[in-house]
Amino acid sequence: MAGDDGSRRILELVRQDEAVLLQRWVAMAVAPLQGRLTPAELAPVFGELLATLTNALDKGDLDIRSDNYAGPRALLAEMSRDWARRGFTPTETASSVFSLKETLFGLADGAGEPHQTVLTISRWIDTLGLYTFEAFARAREQVITEQAEQLLELSTPVVKLWDGVVAVPLIGTLDSARTQIVMEKLLQALVDTGSERAIIDITGVPAVDTEVAQHLLKTVVAARLMGAECTISGIRPQIAQTIVALGIEFGDIPTKATLADALLHALRGSGVDVVRQLRPGRRNS
Amino acid sequence: MERVPILQLGNALLVSIQVDLQDDSVVALQEDLAERIVATGAAGVVIDISAVEIVDSFTGRMFASIAALSRVLDAETVVVGMRPAVAITLVELGLSLEGVRTALDLEKGMAILDGLAARRGIEDQDPDDNAERPVTPGAPAP
Repeated sequence: MAGDDGSRRILELVRQDEAVLLQRWVAMAVAPLQGRLTPAELAPVFGELLATLTNALDKGDLDIRSDNYAGPRALLAEMSRDWARRGFTPTETASSVFSLKETLFGLADGAGEPHQTVLTISRWIDTLGLYTFEAFARAREQVITEQAEQLLELSTPVVKLWDGVVAVPLIGTLDSARTQIVMEKLLQALVDTGSERAIIDITGVPAVDTEVAQHLLKTVVAARLMGAECTISGIRPQIAQTIVALGIEFGDIPTKATLADALLHALRGSGVDVVRQLRPGRRNS
Repeated sequence: MERVPILQLGNALLVSIQVDLQDDSVVALQEDLAERIVATGAAGVVIDISAVEIVDSFTGRMFASIAALSRVLDAETVVVGMRPAVAITLVELGLSLEGVRTALDLEKGMAILDGLAARRGIEDQDPDDNAERPVTPGAPAP
């Protein structure tokens, strides 16, 4: 089989002088990183990788998805994860693997190998490089998911302002996922506290477009369905202008400029009035 | 098919839905309710759905059609005890239940009906109360 023959030839090339090969590979991989990684750091990683690769080649295997490549795959995934977290670009990560190709080509040239071998080497390293790239992308996605989750966790407290009045101070941009969480938390708070009035404060929402407005409306309607009256407060002048310019209709949903206004509205609605009491001393003087 | 019981509570009818409704029970409930409103002359209907965990568009529409039906028969409908998950589902389905009043629990729902009754001047449950009220000429007899 051509594959078996190819793997044997690559193995011979590698075995010629493993130490020199490793040294050249590391040197070539480090060069474009501009000192962010030293040869001393990279050498043990690549050394281990090369050892497991030689093992796999020794079994006459060039298919990196096979069991023989479990070792190299684990090492590459580990390396990609590490590099992704340290802020290396995908190109830099994949290039470090591709630089093995050039090193091997150099050796193949020196040994006068036929084109067939060069082609086999190229295909073999390409698959390794692609695998690295995939692992890198997975690692990055994982980082992004984790961060998104952390952001969701810190985003939405529901606070009780008065007996029967709860408020959600929204901070940051509203997207579908956050709206869902805000909605669930608010509605649950309505049930838990038996509140009939809710205030959604959007002082901390940087911009309101039609989508955000849509999300706000959904939340208000859901609260209404449960029997609670919802007020939207904290509408800044620019946001009011945007809302009018976009032609967003809040219908019969009460909107207030500040949280204080909304609280007063909610209190009055539930039959509580706020009265400023004149102090006796002041009145007499 | 399970039939949902309809209880009379003062001047209101109480429908407490304890199970997840099948479509034919929903239809039967509408028929039963219409008959009971006419028979009792009730001024309000309270639908307690605090035990309902799953709604679909059909059940969602049921609330609206019961409300419409009650209004034709001069009775107000209040849906009480809707769970958060149910409310979110209805919103996602695009059903905002226009014309249906809602309340957090049964007590608040009854309070709404009492308030409406007071506004309409129908407090004909208590004969003493009736006697004390000055009779305005032209007012419909209770």
